[in-house]
Amino acid sequence: MTLDQFVQIFAEQFDETPVDQFTPSTDYKELDEWGSLTALSVITMVDAEMEKRITGSNLLACTTIEDLYNFIQKL
Amino acid sequence: MMMKAYIEALAYDLPEKVLTNAELAKEFPEWTEEKIMKKLGIAERHVVAEQETASDLAVNAAEKLFAEYDIQRQSVDFLIFCTQSPDYFLPTTACLIQQRLGLANHIGAVDVNLGCSGWIFGLSFAKGLVLSGMAKRVLLLTAETYSKYLHPRDKGNRTIFGDGAAATLVSHNGFAEIGEFSFGTDGNGAENLIVKTGASRQKTPLDDLQFDNFGNPKSSDYLYMNGTEILNYTLDRIPGLIEEVLQKNGCGMDDIDLHVYHQANKYIANLQRVKMKIAPEKYYCCFERMGNTVSSTIPIALKEALNEGAIQQGYKVLSVAQGLGYSWGGVMFRF
Repeated sequence: MTLDQFVQIFAEQFDETPVDQFTPSTDYKELDEWGSLTALSVITMVDAEMEKRITGSNLLACTTIEDLYNFIQKL
Repeated sequence: MMMKAYIEALAYDLPEKVLTNAELAKEFPEWTEEKIMKKLGIAERHVVAEQETASDLAVNAAEKLFAEYDIQRQSVDFLIFCTQSPDYFLPTTACLIQQRLGLANHIGAVDVNLGCSGWIFGLSFAKGLVLSGMAKRVLLLTAETYSKYLHPRDKGNRTIFGDGAAATLVSHNGFAEIGEFSFGTDGNGAENLIVKTGASRQKTPLDDLQFDNFGNPKSSDYLYMNGTEILNYTLDRIPGLIEEVLQKNGCGMDDIDLHVYHQANKYIANLQRVKMKIAPEKYYCCFERMGNTVSSTIPIALKEALNEGAIQQGYKVLSVAQGLGYSWGGVMFRF
């Protein structure tokens, strides 16, 4: 999966935030909609689409969507 | 002829008091009624009054079962009560329930302490008692009042969990043959769903309330759930559990007519259904009007499915539950 594809499916986990607010450099924890439920959605998406397992701590440790993408690539 | 064990009767009870999404949205303005419904599929949950306990709900459920199925209470010869909200540290709440229900004195009565996997485990004990000939009619009561353990600012858990109880009667006759079970346990997960204080390890409150990175309260004196860890546990364990139960019952996924799993919430339900590639019409959901009632979700869902005609005679039904501990289990029924 490319970074752009990852940004796109990352954005799909959010219901209220406009898609144009998601770029590789987006600090996702600063988004109003970010919360425990969106965190669950991202973990589920990574499991389903990338067959990789990430934790809540991993999500909190990364800052931008690109950071997260790079972290998952190394798993 | 090989003896079999069946579910002979099922009933449930919910407390009168209802907590609606509108009430929650008022307390937590970042929530809206629609958002809760959309994300979690729960419209309302029932919560006990201050003086009401899990055993009160269990007694109500049992009384409903006796009345609806015209069961002679003196014929019950074993009582299993599953809860994590006992009336007292001691004596055993099952003994109090024996007296309140007017059950015979020559019976066994025990408490079982398990969470969401409790009904599956309790049912396995009941089946074992019946098949071994040690009992003929086992009354399995499950009841939980997590509302008593939740911090008032715990938006997530107050939304998800509801109080409730179920009564299940197991004997040699009934409408659902209880098939083979599969179990699992991993104490490494203990800290991810826990009430730390109040019992023997830490008797006095620690008064250490803090808010996590998602703004949820985290306190040793209230129920704490690490949602992301519980999600990963579900993703890790459920597929293997389902496979094991099917294998033990000599079935494949396509043989199952209806999947009636532990009813955590819409989010977890969709996750499980999609991951296991189960068609929506074969995956039964029953949390909209009561939320996650912990150890009673499966018997309540089975009862509702029977009432709605979603389960027909001849159906094979698969039930699995993942719970705190960690503790997980599954079983197959032939209706």
